[in-house]
Amino acid sequence: MASSFNRSRWIVWTAFALVMVVAPKVFNSGLGLTVLSQMGIAIIACLSYNILFGQGGMLSFGHAVYTGLGSFLAIHALNAATHGGLPLPVALVPLAGGLAGLGFAVLFGYVTTRKAGTTFAMITLGLGELVFAMSLMVPEFFGGEGGVSGNRMVRDGLWGITFGPQVQVYYLIAIYTFVCVAAMYAFTRTPLGGMLNAVRDNPERVEFVGYDTQRVRYLAFIISGFFAGIAGGLAALNFEIVTAEVVGAARSGGYLLFTFLGGATFFFGPILGAVLMVLALVLFSEFTQAWLLYLGLIFLLMVMFAPGGIASLIMMNVRVAMFGRLRELLLSYLGLAATTALMFAGGTSIIEMVYHLQLNQSEGPVFAYLGMNLDVSKPVHWLLAALLLAVGAGLFEWVRRGFVHHWGLIQAAIEADIRRREAA
Amino acid sequence: MEFFVISMLNGLSYGLLLFMLSSGLTLIFSMMGVLNFAHASFYMLGAYVGFTIASFTGFWWALVLAPLVVGALGALFERYCLRRVHKFGHVAELLLTFGLAYVVLELVQLVWGRIALEFKPPESLSGPLFTLINRTGDGLSMMMGAAPKELCRSADAAIRVVCSPFPATRGFMMLVALVMLFSVWLLLTRTRIGLVIQAALTHPHMVEALGHNVPRVFMLVFGAGTALAGLAGVIGGSIFLTEPAMAATVGPIIFVVVVVGGMGSLSGAFLASVLIGVLQTFAIAFDYSLATLAGQLGLSLSQGLRDNTYINMTLSQVAPILPFLLLVLMLIFRPRGLLGTREG
Repeated sequence: MASSFNRSRWIVWTAFALVMVVAPKVFNSGLGLTVLSQMGIAIIACLSYNILFGQGGMLSFGHAVYTGLGSFLAIHALNAATHGGLPLPVALVPLAGGLAGLGFAVLFGYVTTRKAGTTFAMITLGLGELVFAMSLMVPEFFGGEGGVSGNRMVRDGLWGITFGPQVQVYYLIAIYTFVCVAAMYAFTRTPLGGMLNAVRDNPERVEFVGYDTQRVRYLAFIISGFFAGIAGGLAALNFEIVTAEVVGAARSGGYLLFTFLGGATFFFGPILGAVLMVLALVLFSEFTQAWLLYLGLIFLLMVMFAPGGIASLIMMNVRVAMFGRLRELLLSYLGLAATTALMFAGGTSIIEMVYHLQLNQSEGPVFAYLGMNLDVSKPVHWLLAALLLAVGAGLFEWVRRGFVHHWGLIQAAIEADIRRREAA
Repeated sequence: MEFFVISMLNGLSYGLLLFMLSSGLTLIFSMMGVLNFAHASFYMLGAYVGFTIASFTGFWWALVLAPLVVGALGALFERYCLRRVHKFGHVAELLLTFGLAYVVLELVQLVWGRIALEFKPPESLSGPLFTLINRTGDGLSMMMGAAPKELCRSADAAIRVVCSPFPATRGFMMLVALVMLFSVWLLLTRTRIGLVIQAALTHPHMVEALGHNVPRVFMLVFGAGTALAGLAGVIGGSIFLTEPAMAATVGPIIFVVVVVGGMGSLSGAFLASVLIGVLQTFAIAFDYSLATLAGQLGLSLSQGLRDNTYINMTLSQVAPILPFLLLVLMLIFRPRGLLGTREG
């Protein structure tokens, strides 16, 4: 049993490394490399956030403080290395960011981790605001409105690595990502990682056993701050400019949102979340102006109906597939997908039409959306969109009821199966 | 002196506006354990809905109707969304309201646009409520309404006259906040529904066993709390600014108020609101920095120190971070807040 488990672990990690090595060969355009580099950074950031949120049950609204300050320290270190002769190779600049994140986590974590739950959330929010307000007040360090810029190019680097071309930076990010992901996975297996889960689930009992919950939270917070700082340092290298918005509340909110969407209860959830985050920020935001609205709505629905995020949805279906019952559900899934598509077409048409009215009125009443030409001045188009939405919603509800019933039956059967195997 | 009085009143009125917001937040928190992250969004919604109603019926109807609309929306949100995630625990509830804040912000921008609206208080509130006149020799005097021009001017160069008006809108803000405070207090302590609410706070199961519908009480409290935020929104939006960023500017501050006052303590929230209101108003008014302080003490600074950012940072520049600084200090020295009862 143990050996096969180890083998599957080897397969997963090798595949992960292979994907990162091969990805830039497949997506070798400029945009592809940009997106991939940002994904690596986001993966580290979201996983470091999940040490707090998923593993420790600490809902932080100020995680960007640690990634952001890591970025600032890293860019200053980079500038010191290029101008002032600080003997620091460019490849190690992200570690400077990591140490900065760690240092600030030691400092701020002492205050924030004294509390858990809702109060913790409020304090991190307050600290985030504090740092953001400070960033506009101290232009020497934060560079004011324009931010701080640097230059990552090395003149005659080892083996021709100058970090000039984006692909070299990508591979640096990929190495950091792989090592950090492995380290953070290893952390979940340490006694401290186990205690952290216990502190999340039952702090009172942990206190009885003789552990100091505050101390466990503080240590986890510091470790999380370190990895967040590395992500920040990589971002500084990647963009070569750091502005005050990297410590802002919007960035912190983004980490929370996408870590949750990816799934905080599984280790790989935040990785999915990070990939989604970059896709949303880089691609969806180009596609529609209303993307934040869609994102918010999807988030609301996820919190209400799938609190385990996308990762839990995947794992539930994997379990069903392992018991050979996934095939029966295919028809329901097709139905759900079709009705969702109907609702989506209707609902988003309305939203896009309102946005068009609000923002792009000057371009005339007609605009193209999903291969249709929508005219905001014709009531028929509004009516059709509303009708599509209503019919889609009605059909969806009908299919959903059947699906939920069927799903419940399958789950009951699986539970019974598991019990029978255990008894045997 | 007149500067002190006017600043004090300005600070008090701002603090009372903060209290209108934080009271609803505290009420909801102490009842349901839910920290409503979207509370400031309901405040913003109040301002925008108030603006739309006011454009049809005038300001005074908007003052009555907008809170009702916002409260109804809040109650609907509680009934159909928040109640559903109650079983997942407080973190899920907080996340839900966090998501709602995003959605409300986007919807507001979708419906009312991204630029600030022209939401003005009515004519009857446009002038000053009273004016303080400081005249060398005569001392301080006060008169209701605006002071006539000739009173504020002096023909004699030796006599200095300073007129400081206090805006009627600020006075109105204080009045509404105090009336609201008083009626909430009456409602909670002197009526039957208030007693049920107080009982449901501490013993929800017992209250349910006695035949009261506790989930419906929760819905009403959530609706009432958001309605208070809506009321504050109509007033705050018309006096300050109605814009999509208004939720983000006031939101973190009311959370600071709630933590500093002690989670779930209504009187603590009152104290903290007034404290932060006064603190911020006074800080904005002062242009002192460490450099001026050193100058007054007769210390001479080196050139390097004179150019230092921190030394030259004035109190008015520091004003935005004062609430958060207060939060951090409070957590280090008195973690349960001003009037909080429990550590947690």
